[in-house]
Amino acid sequence: MANGNGKVGLKERLSQAGDHIRTSQVWTSIFRPGSPFRHGYTDSPRNRSYVIMNNVLYHLHPVKVKRHAVRLSYTLCLGGLSFFLFILLTITGIFLMFYYRPTSPQAYLDIQALSTDVAFGQLVRNMHRWGAHLMVLTVFLHMARVFYHGAYKPPREFNWVVGIVLLLLTLLLSFTGYLLPWDQLALWAVTVGSNMGAYAPVIGDQVSFALIGGVQITPDTLLRWYVLHVLFLPFIIVVFMAVHFWRVRKDGGISGPL
Amino acid sequence: MAGLPDHLLRRSAEARAKAEGRDVEEILAEMKGEAPPAKAEAAPAAEPAPAPPAESTPPPVAPPASGNGARNLEAESADTGVPVPLLQRAMEARAKKEGRELVTAGAPAAAAPATAEAPASAAPAAAPAAPPAIPEGVTTQRLLTVVKAGAIQQVKTSPTDKVSVWPHLLAIEFVALMAVTAFLIIFSVFVDAPLLEFANFNEQPNPSKAPWYFLGLQELLSYFDPQVAGVLIPTLGAVGLAIIPYVDKNPAVKPADRKLAIMIFSFFLFASAILTIYGSFFRGPGFNFSFPWVDGIFFDF
Ligand code: HEM
Repeated sequence: MANGNGKVGLKERLSQAGDHIRTSQVWTSIFRPGSPFRHGYTDSPRNRSYVIMNNVLYHLHPVKVKRHAVRLSYTLCLGGLSFFLFILLTITGIFLMFYYRPTSPQAYLDIQALSTDVAFGQLVRNMHRWGAHLMVLTVFLHMARVFYHGAYKPPREFNWVVGIVLLLLTLLLSFTGYLLPWDQLALWAVTVGSNMGAYAPVIGDQVSFALIGGVQITPDTLLRWYVLHVLFLPFIIVVFMAVHFWRVRKDGGISGPL
Repeated sequence: MAGLPDHLLRRSAEARAKAEGRDVEEILAEMKGEAPPAKAEAAPAAEPAPAPPAESTPPPVAPPASGNGARNLEAESADTGVPVPLLQRAMEARAKKEGRELVTAGAPAAAAPATAEAPASAAPAAAPAAPPAIPEGVTTQRLLTVVKAGAIQQVKTSPTDKVSVWPHLLAIEFVALMAVTAFLIIFSVFVDAPLLEFANFNEQPNPSKAPWYFLGLQELLSYFDPQVAGVLIPTLGAVGLAIIPYVDKNPAVKPADRKLAIMIFSFFLFASAILTIYGSFFRGPGFNFSFPWVDGIFFDF
């Protein structure tokens, strides 16, 4: 590959490095066959339709599944339950949003009013809180069940990684919601929790500053976490869930039987 | 319109007739390239009847005889609706593949005994089977290629035992949804979410605990430097979890064949469970050790 002066040009090196990355296991696990990012993709009418056919939106359930996949004892319904809980949390959360203002002291008063003035307010708040704790638990147990089934092995490696992102997002959703009642429990649990992140070397101060909007929690933090909790994080988690479910299907449905 | 089955032609003629408000037969004749019968009669003076097209219908192709005997392609075409040229092509392909000679109907008697059906109009030409000439100005139709899914999807080639999602899976999912909703409602009727006093920046409760899922980490904080317990360990934990599939190269899924992986994972699982329970229930004021049954529980959900 000489370019006239006997040296390997930068361009060749880059393309070699690119080829190396694009044939690696990590890369091929992320981009499915037919993806334009895969090594060896050529632009042809057929490949163009593959790109669309391999799109995320290609439906949630197939027409048929393996017989063992519907046995409750295989998945224990844990992934499904995590998803159901997420939907329940969305519904109850929207209800709560009608009665909640993320300012101090109004936030606390609004939560109080939920249990005294609002029809079903206490019940819906309880459901939202217990559902959130339950979801953290089911997501965690779902991860354990996937591990013990070896269901993360090829071709499902990347879906496991997506799952880890979902786990972290679930924790973040729960944690940001924790502050919103603006009572002693909320304030100090979040203080203790976010102080841990502040110990990060070099970027610790910046991280905590960006997260809580100052050197310590203030009413500004409340607004910030409210937006994260009701808008930003749910949006992100829905995107990752879509990819997660779609990959379950594209990787050949549920793994197993053992 | 070479080789289009009649019923298709008729259907499209009907559609066009409906759209243009004209007579079906007239359009049909037009499509076939024949003289429109009614028109020619109705207005002979206005315009001379169009000269009869060179070929009103494609001339019957000399039906080639396979080794088994000549086939009547016209009749077959009428039966099956497959255009004659396609039948012809298929026969040629088969003959080529099987290395047999393609015999035209022109010399049927010797090669093939069963030619009784061969139409009388069959061209007697003994020319070797050339592909049928396509009349001028005619577009031929081709079938689309069938693309196998195997190239892009993880399709099991061996048949597996499958059940329909509806009703089997959806019914289960529905019951699960109802069950978890019922559980959550009933639990929420009886147990209220906590709400302590208004947030007070000047009064830190003792002990102050993080949400339960971080209590394992908070527990570690009492053994290690904050940089280790608060940053290093959680980061390593998340990254470590994420790269499991790329580190564990063992393809086995049977528990008996992956004892090491299961042991390591279970170790961390139990360790974090124990640390979490310890931090939740066995830590009292000052985050010092305490027995929950002696000093009470210092834990809020
Ligand atoms: C918000 C969180 C999550 C939701 C809603 C969710 C949902 C689901 C669902 C519905 C399935 C179908 C099978 C089943 O129900 O078990 C599934 C499969 C799977 N999940 Fe998750 N999941 C989540 C988090 C995770 C996590 C934390 C991991 C692992 C780190 C993970 C890894 C996987 C894998 C590898 C599969 C394929 C399993 C198989 O083929 O047997 N997911 N997920």
